[in-house]
Amino acid sequence: MSTTARPADALRADDTTRREPASPGLKKVGGVAGWIDDRTGAAKGVGYLMKKVFPDHWSFMLGEIAMYSMIVCMLTGVFLTLWFDPTQGEVVYEGSYVPLQGVEMSRAYASTLDISFDVKGGLLIRQIHHWSALLFIVALSVHMLRVFFTGAFRKPREINWVIGCLLSMLALIEGFAGYSLPDDLLSGTGLRAAQGFMLSAPVIGSYLSYALFGGGFPGEDIIPRLYSLHILLLPGILIALFTAHIVLVAVQKHTQYPGPGRTNDNVVGFPVMPVYAAKAGGFFFIVFGGIALISSLVQINAVWVHGPYMPNATTAGAQPDWYMLFPDGALRLLPGWLEHTTFGFTWAWPVIIGSLLVIPLFYAGMIAYPFIEAWVTGDQREHHLLDRPRNRPVRTGLGVAAFTLWAVLTFASSNDIMAIKFDLSINDITNALRVLTFVGPLIAFWATRRICLSLQRHDRETVLHGRESGMIVRGPDGDFHEVHEPLDPYERWTLVQHEAHEPLQLEADEVDENGVARKGGAKRKLRARLSEFYYGGAVHPVTPAELEAAHHDGHEHEAIESANRADESEVDPVRSVGAERH
Amino acid sequence: MTPLTTTDEGRRLTRIDRRHPAALALLLMLGLILAGTVFAAVAPKTAEASAPAQSADVVEEGRELFVANCATCHGENGLGIKDVGPSLAGVGAASVDFQMETGRMPMAKPGVQAPRVEDVKFSDEQISAIAAYVASLGAGPAIPDEEYTDGSKGDAGKGGEIFRVNCAMCHNSAGAGGALTRGKYAPEVTGVEGKHIYEAMLTGPQSMPVFNDQNLTPEDKRDVIAYIEQQQEAGNPGGNPLGSLGPVPEGLFAWTIGIGLLITAAVWLGKKSA
Amino acid sequence: MNDHTPQGEHDSTPVPLNQGHVQGTGGIPERFENPGLPPHVHRASDTDEQAAKRAERTIAGLFGLSMLGTVLFLVAYFMVDVDEMTFVPGIGDMSLSNLLLGLGLALALLGIGLGAVQWAKTLMPDEEVVEMRHPMRSSDEAREGFVQTILDGGESSQLTRRPLIKATLGGALGLFSLPLLVQLAGSLGPLPRNDLSVTFWNGEKGEDGTWTAMQRRLHLDPEDRPIKASDVTIGSVFHVLPEGLQSELHGAEKLNEITKASVLVMRLNPDEFQDTPQGRKARDWGYQGIVAYSKVCTHVGCPVGLYEQTTHHLLCPCHQSTFDVTNDCEVIFGPAGRPLPQLKIGVDAQGYLIAEQSFQEPVGPSFWERES
Repeated sequence: MSTTARPADALRADDTTRREPASPGLKKVGGVAGWIDDRTGAAKGVGYLMKKVFPDHWSFMLGEIAMYSMIVCMLTGVFLTLWFDPTQGEVVYEGSYVPLQGVEMSRAYASTLDISFDVKGGLLIRQIHHWSALLFIVALSVHMLRVFFTGAFRKPREINWVIGCLLSMLALIEGFAGYSLPDDLLSGTGLRAAQGFMLSAPVIGSYLSYALFGGGFPGEDIIPRLYSLHILLLPGILIALFTAHIVLVAVQKHTQYPGPGRTNDNVVGFPVMPVYAAKAGGFFFIVFGGIALISSLVQINAVWVHGPYMPNATTAGAQPDWYMLFPDGALRLLPGWLEHTTFGFTWAWPVIIGSLLVIPLFYAGMIAYPFIEAWVTGDQREHHLLDRPRNRPVRTGLGVAAFTLWAVLTFASSNDIMAIKFDLSINDITNALRVLTFVGPLIAFWATRRICLSLQRHDRETVLHGRESGMIVRGPDGDFHEVHEPLDPYERWTLVQHEAHEPLQLEADEVDENGVARKGGAKRKLRARLSEFYYGGAVHPVTPAELEAAHHDGHEHEAIESANRADESEVDPVRSVGAERH
Repeated sequence: MTPLTTTDEGRRLTRIDRRHPAALALLLMLGLILAGTVFAAVAPKTAEASAPAQSADVVEEGRELFVANCATCHGENGLGIKDVGPSLAGVGAASVDFQMETGRMPMAKPGVQAPRVEDVKFSDEQISAIAAYVASLGAGPAIPDEEYTDGSKGDAGKGGEIFRVNCAMCHNSAGAGGALTRGKYAPEVTGVEGKHIYEAMLTGPQSMPVFNDQNLTPEDKRDVIAYIEQQQEAGNPGGNPLGSLGPVPEGLFAWTIGIGLLITAAVWLGKKSA
Repeated sequence: MNDHTPQGEHDSTPVPLNQGHVQGTGGIPERFENPGLPPHVHRASDTDEQAAKRAERTIAGLFGLSMLGTVLFLVAYFMVDVDEMTFVPGIGDMSLSNLLLGLGLALALLGIGLGAVQWAKTLMPDEEVVEMRHPMRSSDEAREGFVQTILDGGESSQLTRRPLIKATLGGALGLFSLPLLVQLAGSLGPLPRNDLSVTFWNGEKGEDGTWTAMQRRLHLDPEDRPIKASDVTIGSVFHVLPEGLQSELHGAEKLNEITKASVLVMRLNPDEFQDTPQGRKARDWGYQGIVAYSKVCTHVGCPVGLYEQTTHHLLCPCHQSTFDVTNDCEVIFGPAGRPLPQLKIGVDAQGYLIAEQSFQEPVGPSFWERES
């Protein structure tokens, strides 16, 4: 900013200042910065951003892995557009892959072969593109799990959770559109199934299919159309949502794990300049390099093996890419007798549920969860300190149950691969997974909740009686006991910082002063019951008074023996969730 | 025909049980004789019905080997034992050649399906003697002529089209194999000799349907062999193919080694330096 | 303590529903105090100049490695032919160009990344910095000012006083997207009409889209030869397309018709058909035990090509729907809701298999109006 007041004759009096950048400080980082700031005033904002603090934890890098693999995808995608021809017109292949020479195929498929065999480095770019797409969705899924289990979706971050869910769902569609483009036998079979999904839609199915495919299947419109979705529309929306996601992270500041010195009112970490600029910037190169390394050694989506798509052919082991396995698994598990005809109209439920409902329902559940939990717990405060998953046994249990359902469906989609690799009957696998679809999540919920409660009790033991040192000492009476080392206040804080949760309870006065029943009684009862479900039987953190009492006891080993012990095999409670210690 | 499996398949057993025990064997025999006859008539270049071609000595030697090694399941006279092993009358020398040279027969233990075994216990002479004996039980497809099992003489492009329509849906487009119902499976076709691929198509071992010479001509079969061989020769330019089983192993890799590598880097990045 | 702080007092007595976890609702169980940041521990490179020098050399080495990687990539790009193969242990034969280009690129990138992170970890400051947070919500004045601005805007633009403008603007805004949507919905593709219910087996398609019945021979797919009934031996499976399809049609039209007209022909012993109404119908619609069924799965349309000749089961590779050929391809496992449609066949004067009539129901996946 160059508004330093100068007398009108200063130019003549002091010629040299003319060549100075208007703001002397900016001279050090070059004239360009000054030039830009003269025109934009960006120095203030950028300066503020460079001082922003980010907490250090590996699980906070999961989102960055997703972001960077998405960028790698976009970079390599631009390369691929230079050679890929998204049309379904037929050509006779004359390229260098011998087994397909002389075969009729679409231009889309032929140009994919050319990229793989005749463009130098083309195969590498294709493999980087596909691997980074897979890793993008793996990383964003793991990132979502982290956010869920640590409660980072709570106020004020509900909007960002919703944006994240939408990003994830769009990424699935973007991926599906992408792997359908080469028009090989496997992806064509996927498109064929997709047309079957559309046909199953009640009332509009056939119209929807004929509109999107530009007529009957396969036609010659679907690949050009998917191409414009894949390289223009969806990436545009993805970038817009992702920008909003990042801006909100910056505005709301990053969450942090609980630990000494960390409160709900501060962020403890390292500034962008220089530490995070180097770490995050460097991490982009690590992610890109890692993907390049994988792509140089591990083959992915060998479209030349499948051959060109023909509707009268297919391949054993017909699966979509991993992120689409769960709807496909649902399709494999649903029994055919669900299909019904009423008044001459067909309800193809086995298809409708698996293909049209599973994905929207999963995402609707995820999007709704923060609002449901906030309503049940009545918690309207801002949260910037993360939960340790064990301290929220019901939420953690619900999350693991949902993940289990997802995993069962995902495995169901690989039933044929499991059958040949483990020498099992595909029918037995399918039937077993049908049962697990219902039983698995229940067991997972119950087991997870129990484990969380045990871990919490273990935390209490550790705080009250110290850490087991492994040393056995003989007492004055000839008895043996293990020496326990007391925790220092820093270690202890992580184990006692969380709140004691109590269920909300119905108030006695269900009728008001005038004797009229208050409105919404059923809703309140439901809420009270859910709250009991969430917080009933909660294990509370140790209070100073309890610790005091334990110390006065004097015979710590006896106290341990009499306490309701957590499983000895549980992991070290301080490190397991990655609570920060410095 | 196929070694009838002592399958746990309830449906099938009840269906067989409803009829006279010999009916199935008889029908199969009739069918195969019919097939053999037609086969012999239409494609004389590969399949001289082989019964009379062998000398009596070889047939006798084969019979002895048969009684010692095969009769427990297929019967002393090779006409099968109900629910244990099928009749071999009319299966032809090609079938014996395929089943024994790939180690599938004699079956080590009863199971849904006879697996391929690398360690073949019989010499080529012994196998051809048994083949001669079995061929003498009834006309069946003979061991194919080398002319038609040599992939280098075939047209891989055309073979690929046939392969994708007729074979890939069971054996996978990369020939990596696939699952059938109730524990049965279509085995890998990679690393299999051209002759055995030909014989499998011709005889339809186990669950596999028969592709006779009217369905796929000897030239067609050679094209298929050419495609399978050339596909293997082309290797996996992109690197480790992860079993050529498509998106499932790729997803598994991304969820384990892939993300594991990047998370390791993230852990290192977040850890305080010593 | 500001109002977004969840720490502090907490009530251990029941919380009234209308208050939730709002602050200050009574009872104070004693809690531990946050002890603050633990004392800072210095790194080797902070205290020992030797260690710092070592770190510097490591970082420079990594950056140097990156440059080597770039050189490797360039050399490989210009020296290695794109179709050159090489043997790599653990992988087998693979493209040398892919291997070297990939390793070069990976090295170039990893060198930079690992170097930068190592630099940040060892030489850049590692003392935590604390930044304070502030509640997300704006101050009450700002919120009221915002509301006031909007109300004033509505007032000064006279929007609130002139309902006619309000109504017409709303209508115009509500309708303007219609042209775009109509164009999209109207021009994306044709209406399905009867296209899902007819196949190439129906005969010949006229210019006006109507079909003239015609009995087509069964031709081998992809060899395009007619099939004699005697060629179909027991245990065989023939992949079939209607005569003329492969020779007369081209491009998308050909693929569209193949999609619907693909047929599988199998021969069973006539006695093997079950003695049920469906089983008898299946045998009657066949010819001496030869039966023809649509190859298009009734679930979502994959080609059902896995025929087990011992069990006479057809299995779809996509979702494992299993059809029993001995009982008119009824579904015995998996998600398909209906049997595969049968094509009624016979033989013509020359003994070739021929379709006596078209499919009597739509082939392929279920759709809403398929029964009509």
